[in-house]
Amino acid sequence: MNYANSKYRQVPYDLVRELTLATAGVGVAVLVLAAVFSTPDVPSLSAKQVAQQDPLLLIRTELNALSGQSAIATYGPPYNHGTQSVQAIGNFSPQAWSGVQIPVDPAYTEVIRPLERMKWIDPAISGILATWTQASESQQSTWVANVQRVLPRATVEGGKLILPAAVHGSYGPVVAITNDYLALANSGLLEAAIDGEQGSSPIVNRTKSLLLLQGAADSTYAQKLNMLGENWGVIKETGNYPGAVWLWYYTLLYQIPPYNSSSAADLLVVLTVITVTGILMLIPFIPGLRSIPRLVGVYKLIWRRHYRELRAGGNPYETRE
Amino acid sequence: MTHTNWTRSLRNWIERTVPMEHLLPDTMPSYVDSYVYLFGVLTLAAFVWIIVSGVILVIFGPDWWHVSAIGHFFNSTHFWSVQAFFFFMVLHLWAQFLMAAWRGGRHWTWIAGWMLFLLSILAGFTGYLSQTNFDSQWVGVQGKDAMNSVGVGGFFNLLNFGQMYGLHVFLLPMLILFLIGAHLFLVRKHGVVEPLPLDDGYGKKNRQRIAPPVPEGESRP
Repeated sequence: MNYANSKYRQVPYDLVRELTLATAGVGVAVLVLAAVFSTPDVPSLSAKQVAQQDPLLLIRTELNALSGQSAIATYGPPYNHGTQSVQAIGNFSPQAWSGVQIPVDPAYTEVIRPLERMKWIDPAISGILATWTQASESQQSTWVANVQRVLPRATVEGGKLILPAAVHGSYGPVVAITNDYLALANSGLLEAAIDGEQGSSPIVNRTKSLLLLQGAADSTYAQKLNMLGENWGVIKETGNYPGAVWLWYYTLLYQIPPYNSSSAADLLVVLTVITVTGILMLIPFIPGLRSIPRLVGVYKLIWRRHYRELRAGGNPYETRE
Repeated sequence: MTHTNWTRSLRNWIERTVPMEHLLPDTMPSYVDSYVYLFGVLTLAAFVWIIVSGVILVIFGPDWWHVSAIGHFFNSTHFWSVQAFFFFMVLHLWAQFLMAAWRGGRHWTWIAGWMLFLLSILAGFTGYLSQTNFDSQWVGVQGKDAMNSVGVGGFFNLLNFGQMYGLHVFLLPMLILFLIGAHLFLVRKHGVVEPLPLDDGYGKKNRQRIAPPVPEGESRP
């Protein structure tokens, strides 16, 4: 039979034994590692936690959403028609082409609608929201801007926003909306009010509530846990764990120029990784690159006994019986 | 009119392509004599433990490990199996690269290995996103921009736990299993890659001097 391996002298080997011993050995190793080192498990950041630990941070987040100033409000596809986070290289922009697939209008999705859902519990909300929705867009912006201007001097007491007297015009219904929003967050039901559309079925898609906290709130929390980009963010795990180290192949590029300063960093990194992967996969067909192993010469170490035998005049080729 | 028997054709093809003694070999060529040959089988061993611990975690549900010490232990086993899996896989990849193991018609084995590496990264990533804790929350909101930038974020939505979990516990493991099968099939079909001829020409020269026997039914050119 013309089988390449049959041309060589054979030595005894036991595939099944090797596989069994390897499985047992690795099994012992991972059980010991699991018992000794365990795994980290820092709970998700919830709106309730933000409301209790830093209520003004939640209020800033809510006001940005309400006035269309949040990062998601101006993001662009797949959430809306904004342009702020749309990445492009020249005219090449698959993000722009993909269109709006998960519609998110933060003012409505993250603030107004969850409060509307609470009107069955607190009917007073309806009147406040009506004042807001019936006002013109510029009126809404003015109200929010008036609150934002005095926010640095504001406090939260007993779950209520306390503002200095309105010196720059009216706050409209914004303070009432904010207080209801804080109450909803403090109850622990804000995320469910944002995401829950299907009655009693479990909420397995948390996209919209996760987008509420994705900016300053999550970053503040991540910073405390040393998980920002400069700490190799995504591939690091909470605590001193190796985490998703396998992502180095992808995240490495974010640390070096020109990627670390580009406004289309993600797009550039993804395209680079696709290109490099394509080259590595097709290396058997690329003259020059496929000769690297020969030039590096580590193979001489791997097959050293074979080569020694050759040099000594031995014959590693032998017909198999 | 006679029909080809598809079943018999398939059986004949398998027997011709990987006869049982090649599929489950009890001997190896003498040059297979290095620890680097263990990296592949150790990767496979780690994969076995990923599946075992993963199945246990799936049976009890995605929130079990947050509330139970036993659940947490199996989560840790799963995590460290994954670390071992990638550790050995990367060593295996480097070793195969340094041996130029794609030679002799083995390019599909190399390509299948790369597809396994990429699918494993995707599987690891969806697993990371399925943890339902701050790690998954942070990775999700950070990673979404990359998915969105290439236009797939609306479909492959990192913030959709149900989607990530489903891909992680079913579709991706199935694809990886299938590709491991294909990879091993190709490895056994072609046999272990032969040593490179030596730089000093000794290997090449010697190879002519001590020529391998001519396979049955073939004549030396």
